[in-house]
Amino acid sequence: MKEKNEAMTVTPPRKHSCRSMLYMPGNNPGMIQHVPAFGADSVLLDLEDAVSEREKDAARRLVSHFVREVDFGDTLVTVRVNGADTPWLEKDLEEIIPSGPAAVRVPKCHSPEDVRHADELISRIEGEHGMPLGGVRIHAMLETAHGIECAYEIARASDRVEALTLGGQDLTADIGVQKTRDGVELFYARGRVVMAAKAAGLMAFDTVWTDIDDVEGLRAEAKLAVQMGFTGKAAIHPTQIEVIHEAYRPDHRELRRAFRIVDAAERAKREGKGVISVDGRMVDGPIVVRAFSLIELGRLYGIEEEADIR
Amino acid sequence: MNGGQNLKMVKNSLGRDIPVEIPGLGKFEPYTSPFAYLERPIFAPARERRPIRPGTPRRDKVTDDIKKAVERSGLENGMTISFHHHLRNGDAVIPTILKALSEMGFKDLSLAPSSLPDSHDMVADFFRNGLVSRLFSSGARGAVGKAISSGELDVPVLLRSHGGRARAVEQGDLPIDVAFLAAPLCDKYGNMTGSGGRSACGSLGYAQVDARHARHVIAVTDELADYPLRPRISVPQYLVDQVLLVDSIGDPAKIATGAARISRNPVDLRIARNAFDLIAASGLLTDGCSFQVGAGGASLAVAACVKDYMAEKHIKGGFGLGGMSGYMIEMLEQGYFQAMFDVQSFDSAVTNSMTRNANHMEIDVSCYANPFNKGCVAHNLDIVVLAALDVDADFNVDIQTGHDGVLRGAIGGHPDTAAGAKLSIIVAPSFRGGVPTVKESVTTVCTPGETVDALVTERGICINPRREDLIKSARAARLPVKDIRALKAEVENLTGVPDSPEFDRSRVVAVVENRDGTLLDSVYKVRERKKR
Repeated sequence: MKEKNEAMTVTPPRKHSCRSMLYMPGNNPGMIQHVPAFGADSVLLDLEDAVSEREKDAARRLVSHFVREVDFGDTLVTVRVNGADTPWLEKDLEEIIPSGPAAVRVPKCHSPEDVRHADELISRIEGEHGMPLGGVRIHAMLETAHGIECAYEIARASDRVEALTLGGQDLTADIGVQKTRDGVELFYARGRVVMAAKAAGLMAFDTVWTDIDDVEGLRAEAKLAVQMGFTGKAAIHPTQIEVIHEAYRPDHRELRRAFRIVDAAERAKREGKGVISVDGRMVDGPIVVRAFSLIELGRLYGIEEEADIR
Repeated sequence: MNGGQNLKMVKNSLGRDIPVEIPGLGKFEPYTSPFAYLERPIFAPARERRPIRPGTPRRDKVTDDIKKAVERSGLENGMTISFHHHLRNGDAVIPTILKALSEMGFKDLSLAPSSLPDSHDMVADFFRNGLVSRLFSSGARGAVGKAISSGELDVPVLLRSHGGRARAVEQGDLPIDVAFLAAPLCDKYGNMTGSGGRSACGSLGYAQVDARHARHVIAVTDELADYPLRPRISVPQYLVDQVLLVDSIGDPAKIATGAARISRNPVDLRIARNAFDLIAASGLLTDGCSFQVGAGGASLAVAACVKDYMAEKHIKGGFGLGGMSGYMIEMLEQGYFQAMFDVQSFDSAVTNSMTRNANHMEIDVSCYANPFNKGCVAHNLDIVVLAALDVDADFNVDIQTGHDGVLRGAIGGHPDTAAGAKLSIIVAPSFRGGVPTVKESVTTVCTPGETVDALVTERGICINPRREDLIKSARAARLPVKDIRALKAEVENLTGVPDSPEFDRSRVVAVVENRDGTLLDSVYKVRERKKR
């Protein structure tokens, strides 16, 4: 499950889907042990906001142990460490990196410097432990106005960066507004994060929906995240996973068309034709690529072929 | 008899040792299979007919003197008394009557309640003072369970399912001499109901069978209604010998607890989701389907998923059964089911529903689950979702013994509905408090694995290999189907394998009877571990 990259220069897209990232407090072993049962695409073991100052040391040790010892099944394992503005970042990385998570989420990335700093620390630790350089990726969390405005520079600050993630709670506080139900205040930040991430060839993750009881609100926001191009969305409760996955379920009409496009593309390749048309419309390269990824997504919902669409 | 009992033991078809005869209880047959009883002749019981008491016109049945009522009942040492457990943890009738009997100097009684609530620790005191020498129950918990498991009763306790008890009462295996039946609302001639009064408890399904078969019936009430009681009568006056008026039959706050809420525990919700997916894959959720579910843990969450599915697919179910919760009644009122059969009401949401809604029907426990009558509702059931303490690799279920080997649960309608339903699903977390749920072999078999179709946990769905059809449908629906031994290994990898409790196998403290009267298993005295 954990892929290690041989060289730092390549940024291969993850084979793993990342529609949902489930936050789990790093000081709650009772819940962490259940992670594989919840069906999230990835888990985010949190050492930052979910853990009080007094428990930072214990949580760090616990998470490191869990990542090392526990079989998380198909769930991709990431850890949110404490930010560069705290006394814990270095300690966190020193204990977490050797346990080999797929990525660490670095909070409060204010500028490219923050990412480079984390990158240097991680590289040193990887080296000290004989780990492949660049194996543990960085998910850079943007949660300040300055961070949002530096989104692209942050995305390009290190080859280790694999994803940009939006931290909506802190960001609304930073720009001095209320988080509303329809999230209009985050519209620009969402667009900026997605655009910067895509421009740099990275994944983009949307912020959490905090009202666990408001399932409809979550449903709407998850759909918005899909529409805007986010790779996935964070969840703060296991019950949110299913709602998020539902939002990513490919539209059946679109999926049928994707099967036809891929079919036509393969036929064209066999026959040595350069141009293809489906349903009387011309189809070019990017559309074929998108059709492939849509079919890939459909597999997560048990759709292997067109006949499975009901 | 303490120490070696020297019981002659044989193995039943599950490989469990069971006694062929127990002094004080009689002879027993070993369990062979869930429906073996269909193949052997069942003779009508040669029971004593109840003495007909000529009715005196306008006889005053009411007394407020417990001791006089007991004297009139003809109760003698060595006889059997019964109670129902509809008042749950609020019940004050069992303690009040036992205390009075004790003061009157009774000894050596057989206590045969339909079950014992959690709160009745005081019953153990009456083992010790000699009032109660034998116990017949659906379960034993708390101090009572501990007293039994440590061997305080010389005669082993006989544990039965609800359906099994109804069978035993009707067949004459469990003759009741005097039934003390708590009656939340009762008139002076003994017409009673649980749907009313300040101690309202809903259905009186357990009381109805005892009232029909006990030699002497005393209604115990704290609220006398005008004659005639109306509009509902659960137990009619012609079955009732006396009406005993007491200050209080119980604590209303503990009788009618607040409506059970759907669990928010993510593990429970995951289990519920998996269970629902299996139900949906089984194809049984169609118009006219029937459904039973408990009120705790993951169970109500399963009901919620079922409800959403029925709404989405415009399915109208036939009936719901069982211990009735407010959630099920809500489903009735919203038109998801045509009717609800209620043998026992779980929370305050249902206590007055029967008087409002004719499709919420009270049924007695024989109608609910007795395998030997002419057709119990449990045998008409499509889907049942049940909880468990432990399950083993053969799908046998333990709902009676805790991880320390001590009796701590109640069998209830578990084996009855598991045997009767087309699809019986056990829901349980894969481990609790670090102890795995799936054992190589359960401590006590209460529900035979042959009647269980699937164990559903948060980590996957284990389907009984006997149900190849179900395995096929579940796989076709891409459900997380797992071999039960694979699940066991996966969980043990996390938790390790805890030591089994130690038992003194020369001392049987209880036996578990199958619904048909054969023996499923024996429960042994727990050996105390030396504490450091």
